[in-house]
Amino acid sequence: MNFPILSSLILLPTIGALFILFTKSSSGKYQSSKYVALFISLANFLLSLYLWYVFDKNSVDFQFVENRDWLSGFIYYKVGIDGISILFVILTTFITPICIISVNATITKRLKDFLIAILIMETFMIGVFCSLDLVIFYLFFEAGLIPMFLIIGIWGGERRVYSAFKFFLYTLLGSVLMLVAIISIYWITGTTDVEKLYELGINAEYQNLLWLAFFSSFAVKTPMWPVHTWLPDAHVEAPTVGSVLLAAILLKMAGYGFIRFSLGLFPIASENFTMLVYILSLIAIIYTSLVALMQEDMKKLIAYSSVAHMGFVTLGIFTMTQQGIEGSIFQMISHGLVSAALFLSVGVVYERHHTRLINKYGGLVSIMPRYAIVFMVFTLGALGLPGTTGFIGEFLILMGAFEKNILVAMIASLGVILGAAYMLWLFKRVVFGEMNNQELKSMKDLKTFEIITLSALVIPILFFGFYPEPLMNSIEASVENTLNMYNFDLINNLASKD
Amino acid sequence: MENFQYILPEVFISISIMLFLLVGVFKKKSASLIYNLSNISLVILLALIINLSSLETVYLFNNSYLIDNLSNYMKIILVGSGIFVMLTGSKYIQVINLNKIEYPILILSSILGMMIMISSNDLIVFYMGLELQSLALYVLASFNRDNLLSTESGLKYFVLSALSSGLLLYGCSLTYGFSESTNFDQILINSTEFNYGTTFGIVFILVGLAFKISAVPFHMWAPDVYQGSPTSVTLFFAILPKIAALSVFIKFLYTPFANMNDQWQTIIVFISIASMIFGAVAAIGQKNLKRLIAYSSISHMGYALAGLATVTNQGIQSSITYISIYLVMNLAFFSCLFMLKRNDKYYENIEDLSGLSKKHPILSFSLLIVLFSLAGIPPLAGFFAKFYVFLAVIEQSMYFLAIVGLLATVIAAFYYLRIIKIIYFDPEKDEYETSHNLGLKITLAISTIFILAYFIYPSGITEIVSKITMI
Repeated sequence: MNFPILSSLILLPTIGALFILFTKSSSGKYQSSKYVALFISLANFLLSLYLWYVFDKNSVDFQFVENRDWLSGFIYYKVGIDGISILFVILTTFITPICIISVNATITKRLKDFLIAILIMETFMIGVFCSLDLVIFYLFFEAGLIPMFLIIGIWGGERRVYSAFKFFLYTLLGSVLMLVAIISIYWITGTTDVEKLYELGINAEYQNLLWLAFFSSFAVKTPMWPVHTWLPDAHVEAPTVGSVLLAAILLKMAGYGFIRFSLGLFPIASENFTMLVYILSLIAIIYTSLVALMQEDMKKLIAYSSVAHMGFVTLGIFTMTQQGIEGSIFQMISHGLVSAALFLSVGVVYERHHTRLINKYGGLVSIMPRYAIVFMVFTLGALGLPGTTGFIGEFLILMGAFEKNILVAMIASLGVILGAAYMLWLFKRVVFGEMNNQELKSMKDLKTFEIITLSALVIPILFFGFYPEPLMNSIEASVENTLNMYNFDLINNLASKD
Repeated sequence: MENFQYILPEVFISISIMLFLLVGVFKKKSASLIYNLSNISLVILLALIINLSSLETVYLFNNSYLIDNLSNYMKIILVGSGIFVMLTGSKYIQVINLNKIEYPILILSSILGMMIMISSNDLIVFYMGLELQSLALYVLASFNRDNLLSTESGLKYFVLSALSSGLLLYGCSLTYGFSESTNFDQILINSTEFNYGTTFGIVFILVGLAFKISAVPFHMWAPDVYQGSPTSVTLFFAILPKIAALSVFIKFLYTPFANMNDQWQTIIVFISIASMIFGAVAAIGQKNLKRLIAYSSISHMGYALAGLATVTNQGIQSSITYISIYLVMNLAFFSCLFMLKRNDKYYENIEDLSGLSKKHPILSFSLLIVLFSLAGIPPLAGFFAKFYVFLAVIEQSMYFLAIVGLLATVIAAFYYLRIIKIIYFDPEKDEYETSHNLGLKITLAISTIFILAYFIYPSGITEIVSKITMI
């Protein structure tokens, strides 16, 4: 057994959190604990980059697999990564230090507790993307609720209690059905090991119900229309950093789950329910884009745009084409970067002016030119301009969709136009136009740490926008493998019917 | 006399009780002394039982008394939690002026009664144990006799418990009448054929037992008794009688009535579902923490019974695991409750927790862990308790029970979250005292770490419990 690199990746943030818990601060400002947290999260980021470096991109197998007896010999602690999950792991380790740097601006009370919550959260998020056992997956998936509930509830805005409860109960309600499904899978097949389940396959007669149980959990988490209503509330009330974590990583757990579990374990059911997912995704794309147009609160607007973007993701996954799935993964990574950046940008002006209402702003370009530039890059990234990551994701998804169903693809394309409309309109109202509000004049341009965090996000958005090859390279083999297995199962099933 | 070594624990505790009574009568102001002595005798008792636990199954006194893996395990967790109950409550009963010699002696007698219940293999022996523990509990419930609520709870418990004992006794006599024996094994042999008499007997016995375990629809006494009793007695109520009653449940269902599982399975499923839902819904509106935990325990008993409804070994083991984890969570919760003290007054309303996290970060963190664990959120111990139960339930394809149970956890999550919200999100109130006795601190630390770190090695309890087989 080699060095357990994945377990260290998972555990390192928790160790950091424990370390912070037991450090005392003399001044009460907890600056030292912030540096500890930053150090730990950066170390984790470097570790994950090293992981990417040694990762064999041509192999379709799970790599760095660790398998340990955990629950009396019938459930194993099994972690491992393939080309898909490694990207999400890196996204997580990349976003976390950015969150920790931005903590200063938004969190004024109980900084120490907040850092602990973020680091614990990182453990759970990496755990979700690495786990290769359904029970372990569920464990990490659900455990993430606790720190997020506290982040929204303690450090949130006025209606934080309502939002935190809504977030928690919606997600829990979706997930308990998944637990029933996981236990059922154990009794049907005798294992919850994902790799073994891929080989064994699950009997077609059970697949529809199991798929629906998993879907109920993932749909809430994605979130898909009509169970998306917790997201705008949670985003608006969460502190900036909380919104960043929520949008950039938590939402991706569900998209990842669709690819890994819904497609991988229940191919026949996935085929049966494709139309359902198409319809829900299209409603999400069109309806929430229209809702986003009418928002007066910047964070709410971005939250609704997240729902629309995730609509593209689910659409792309269920096209079951190489382009569609690759596009979806790319779109998730891209959305992880762009939405994180947008929430941080909103945080920048919110911290200075203490309002998120769009009509209180205007003409920021003349006093905050640097801010205007980065905000423009993010806006263009969100609307999918060629040259940004957003474009590649949406383009591939639409390509996949055109191959399968032209009508669906055409309706989805409308969403691209609507997306451009609400993002550009937001940009115009906030950054351009006349400066009617005299109080805005006192606002200062970006501070150093804001420049660091925002440019750390600008670089990958533009770089991978022009040169997506490294990312595509990493996911290609795994996606192909997933699709091959999927088609193989479908053909087998048809053959067995005849 | 060759049987003597097997019942050494029971004999030892009986002698201790009588000895302490004598000491209490002849020596003045000996309350604290007896309290400590009782605690020591419980520790010795625990050692004696553990010493026995390596033995094979033994039948004593004409097959009326049974010592096996199940009874030993149940006695160990019973006496073990008894020790912690005594440790946590020692300061409390001094502060509210209840430090009398009767208190520890009553607790010991009740524990003796429960041990007899757990080991009984005969209707008469069982009933004797049951009454011994109940009589001690009536007095304990109204121990704070100057307090109106405490007196009310004692009386209420007495009246309703006597009623249920009556039903139980009627069920026993019916069973005896139709199966011609009071011995559990003999009843099993004689009741192979269906007859209405035994069926009615089962129903009456189950009603009586459901009352003891406070399962819906026989739960009415629980909230009042929990609220009215002194908190240390409430803790006792929340844990020990439940352990005893659950093991008697297992014993009855799987020894004398094992052949009639098609008769009682529906009853258990109904009681289980009703308890889970009722406990979850009724707790939402509560303002008193002790009352809330009463409803919470009703709902937890529903989950424990769900395991029994499966009629498999896996199910029984999951129930036993459930009660083991449940008692640790309750110990932790009540330890937190004992810490809400200011100027010799204990606070027990939910509002009293408001903003606790600012002044008392460690206490609030423990409460946070306990409450999320009670709600069954992974990776805490409470999740594993539920996980085992649902594993057993779904194995038998009882999907309705599983889905209702899991939906009830979502409802229950709401009121646990409400307490967390009050602790963490609400504005702070006055500070509480921070000096507590060592026993309380140790109990809280051990139980919280157990809940928090359970996921690192979850097979521990399962492997011990897996040795217990009934079918």
